[in-house]
Amino acid sequence: MMLTRDGIAWRIARDLREGDYVNLGVGIPVLVSNYLDRTQEIFLHSENGILGVGPRPARDEIDLDLISAGKGFCTLAPGAALFDQPLSFTMMRGGHLTHAVLGAIEVAENGDFANWSVPGEAVPGVGGAMDLAVGAKNIFIAMSHVTNKGAPKLVASCSSPLTARARVRRIFTDIAVIDRTEAGFVLREVMPGHDPDSIRAKTGAALSVAPDCHEMTVPEASAKGVALIRHD
Amino acid sequence: MIDKTVQSCREAVAQVFDGASIMLGGFGNVGMPAQLIEALREQGSRDLTLISNGAGTGPYALGALVGDGRVRKVIASFPSPSAAEFRTRYLAGEIELELVPQGTLVERIRAGGCGLGGFYTPTAAGTDLAAGKETRVIDGQEYLLELPLKADFAFLKAHWGDRLGNLMYRGTMRNFNTVMATAAITVVAEVDRLVAVGEIPPDAVHTPGIFVDRLVCVERHPKVVELPREASAT
Repeated sequence: MMLTRDGIAWRIARDLREGDYVNLGVGIPVLVSNYLDRTQEIFLHSENGILGVGPRPARDEIDLDLISAGKGFCTLAPGAALFDQPLSFTMMRGGHLTHAVLGAIEVAENGDFANWSVPGEAVPGVGGAMDLAVGAKNIFIAMSHVTNKGAPKLVASCSSPLTARARVRRIFTDIAVIDRTEAGFVLREVMPGHDPDSIRAKTGAALSVAPDCHEMTVPEASAKGVALIRHD
Repeated sequence: MIDKTVQSCREAVAQVFDGASIMLGGFGNVGMPAQLIEALREQGSRDLTLISNGAGTGPYALGALVGDGRVRKVIASFPSPSAAEFRTRYLAGEIELELVPQGTLVERIRAGGCGLGGFYTPTAAGTDLAAGKETRVIDGQEYLLELPLKADFAFLKAHWGDRLGNLMYRGTMRNFNTVMATAAITVVAEVDRLVAVGEIPPDAVHTPGIFVDRLVCVERHPKVVELPREASAT
């Protein structure tokens, strides 16, 4: 049993609390916004200049001047603020965001991670990834546990170009939740059907097990019917 | 009486010269001075250096300017996969790219505009983008020395403007526009509406007129007001 991309996003949303200020990167991270408890005041930051990104608009509610960092149209949540790039990156680099949720190609046991230089992509682009990576209080990583070819993405040291050194706090994969501590990777949660040894077999670095490590309990599908779990 | 307004985009960009460096506001299409960029295409200057977050959003405005082959260098953080014109020219070796993390790009422009000689940033320390940069350890953390960025011209897009050059934006238009307004020798703004002096409340003047040399009121570029077939998610 594994989490879908939406399942990973659902699980990350469970770790966000009222009063958190959170930046969601492209890919799986941005899906987290679909699983937030909207009764809680959790503020989403968008690096182009929004604190308080709301849900996507209906087509007839689109405001052409309101886009989020993924360049899709967005709305504003109650209490939202709009600002320019200097203030936006003050929030990011200055340590004011509670969490940045980012995708990754590799995460190393010392907390290094790589996510900006995609293998095979000839035109480089970095955007705000490095600023978030050094600046947010906590870096959460959302990614599949292994590559399409089955190679571990949690590794002893990164071989891809780094985004930042020693910054990752927690990794959410399709089969596990893993903390990155001074002592390396620590397994906290596993999907049903997996155990510490099977997770270790797919991890390219030492993995210790938290005393309270437990199985995740995840519904088959979201309230809107999106599959959170896959059984292949 | 001060009057910084000009009647056409053509007039607004007339002074651009071969080899000029130009800052272009905008994040995606929002806050991008698309009509000024189209006028620059007609104006025809060559060997331009563009300073912008991206390198185009399609075959118009910035994307088309790059596609015209008159851009020598782009200083950007995210020349995204949708910038097909840039991609072609870059892979052919016709355009130089200086890739700068977005926050560093912003701060380099800010330093250029506010009279600082540079700054130390933790962003990109220990990565490939630190190559060749001076480093310094401050309170146990490694920082990179980054130098200011200025330009010959900045093209901005604002919502309202008055004859004094005061500008007000809406939504996410502010992005790079406010900071670029401070860092170029000649600053030209494209606005949706020209308003009387005092109509922009002083509390809402995002770019004070001291930074602006010329402004032109023009309908938005048709590609920029076009809704996509399917409104995409964030």
